[in-house]
Amino acid sequence: MSVLSVRDLNVTYRTKGGDVPAVRGVSFDIEKGRVLGLAGESGCGKSTIAGAILRLHSAQTKIEGQILLDGQDVLALSPGKLRAARWTGASIVFQGALHALNPVQRIGQQIAEAIQVHGMAGEREAFVRAGNLIEQVGLPGRRIDDYPHELSGGQKQRVMIAMALACNPSMVIADEPTTALDVMVQAQVLKLLRSLQHDLGLAMLFITHDLSVLVEVSDDLAIMYAGKIVEEGPAEHVFHSPVHPYTKALAAAFPEIGDMRFRGRPSGLGGDPPDPQHVPSGCPFHPRCAEVTDACPTIDPQLWRAGEARLAACVHAQGAPTIEGVGA
Amino acid sequence: MTTTEPTLTEAPIVPPEKLTPRRVKWLRRRRALSRFWSSYRSSTMGMVGLFILGFFVLMAIYSALGFGGTTNPIETLDNPTKAPPSREFPMGTDTNGVSVLNLVIAGSKTSLLVGLVASVISMVVGTLIGMAAGYRGGWIDAGLMRFTDAFIVIPWLALAIVLAALLGQNLWIIIMIIGFTSWPGTARLVRAQVLSVKERMFVERSRALGGANNHVVMKHVLPNVMPVIFANTILTIAIAILSESALSFLGLGDPLNITWGTIIEQAFSKGAITIGAWWWLIFPSACIVLVVLAATMIGFAFDEIVNPRIRER
Repeated sequence: MSVLSVRDLNVTYRTKGGDVPAVRGVSFDIEKGRVLGLAGESGCGKSTIAGAILRLHSAQTKIEGQILLDGQDVLALSPGKLRAARWTGASIVFQGALHALNPVQRIGQQIAEAIQVHGMAGEREAFVRAGNLIEQVGLPGRRIDDYPHELSGGQKQRVMIAMALACNPSMVIADEPTTALDVMVQAQVLKLLRSLQHDLGLAMLFITHDLSVLVEVSDDLAIMYAGKIVEEGPAEHVFHSPVHPYTKALAAAFPEIGDMRFRGRPSGLGGDPPDPQHVPSGCPFHPRCAEVTDACPTIDPQLWRAGEARLAACVHAQGAPTIEGVGA
Repeated sequence: MTTTEPTLTEAPIVPPEKLTPRRVKWLRRRRALSRFWSSYRSSTMGMVGLFILGFFVLMAIYSALGFGGTTNPIETLDNPTKAPPSREFPMGTDTNGVSVLNLVIAGSKTSLLVGLVASVISMVVGTLIGMAAGYRGGWIDAGLMRFTDAFIVIPWLALAIVLAALLGQNLWIIIMIIGFTSWPGTARLVRAQVLSVKERMFVERSRALGGANNHVVMKHVLPNVMPVIFANTILTIAIAILSESALSFLGLGDPLNITWGTIIEQAFSKGAITIGAWWWLIFPSACIVLVVLAATMIGFAFDEIVNPRIRER
């Protein structure tokens, strides 16, 4: 049984300017010991999915579909059960560790908080465990007596990782864990995450906009665009032989050092991601697509088979039904 | 978790026999306090304020212990009346021959009590309302804030006069009236601070790791709002003492308790100005001014420490 199973998830934010559908019909599974990478531009709904898994969105936000975490339907849990499931079922390594730590509390106390909230240990054992966790992420145990401002950015992120492991969760959601870090520290944190995930056999949902990071960390890759998954498959394949034009554009935006083809020709993707309130008709990507056909504005592409273990929501996918107007 | 685990023996956090939770907490508080004191000490304004307030607190304790001389007119029949300051009566005497110094000392006890208790009431009410409004949001926020606005809009003095006239002139009632009419500012301030704190990431983190509302508020929101509440409360003490003086001056004070306000009121109604008995008015007034000034100075010094935006580097 998969640790996390998301079926047809729709998340709609209610704002004064009307409903904003941020996630539109997303489904995926994560098995024990596997890492699913979720990539896409800002505002495509990545972090919204992360919040929905633990139901962190405000009460007004409409969440539809099914989220099974360890076999429990998260969307149907009572408030008490939900609190119990948070952090023990899935924990989050937050985006921007600098702000996710309370400035007026010591590190140890904040890690112990998770353990104590779930009644897993008394105060003293919780602090001892906090010390062990800190060492597990490569910081000296005495640092639990430090305040957040006494740590560097990379160290804070390590603390966040230690905190995520505090209650032995079945899965960890890493929501852009390396965004605010420089490249060297980023590499260290990724290596740490990967080795902990491997050693503890965790399932992991890894969210970032940085495709090159995902290829290093993930087993599988899902690319999101305008609230939908547009391509998924094994990480290496998706990155090196993308099918969907959007994935192609994303992959091409990362120059390979030493590869002559990239020299002097940085390539990017023109235009802006669509406004979630006014998503273009048909394939939402068609206004920016390099391989657009006449049929694209009218066809809503589904995740069609696109090679071995690959799916892509594009009329150019192998498994796409024959459609008139798609010039071969 | 056994102590034989290698990670523990290699890097002990603190010698285990010393690490009881209570001790850890106590050490932490002591360290925090000494850090606060060292930054407070560098503020001249704060130290002057503390010195002045300390002087009056000692005076109040002195009076509360039963020293400070008589204020009973029957015991002062032999004294000269309306005497200007002299060696025997450093602040002169009133129309009953009671030493104004004795009155001022007796008044310090009640005035400080009023200031302290009323501002604590104001702090508690303001904090509760501000926290509830800021944290819960929605219609609770809207409702509580309109209620607060109503209190702000009603002229404070008029409301206090009506309440004092209705409820009677008892010291504790006066304290209640001042406490329950001076909270709106605190409530607004606390709400604003809570609104900003609750959007911070660590509050979401605490919710994500399974903390209930109660836990989140007590462990994360309140500690981050507390310094502001504290600084504000010290400023409220000044307002409370002034308010009590104003009410007493208008004849709404407790006639059985001497406060600086009632001394001024007595002096005024017995014609201290016409008979030229300036000492009867000046000394209690100076006390009020000094205490209010001291509380304000301490409040500003606190504010400077807890509010990073106006902290001098």
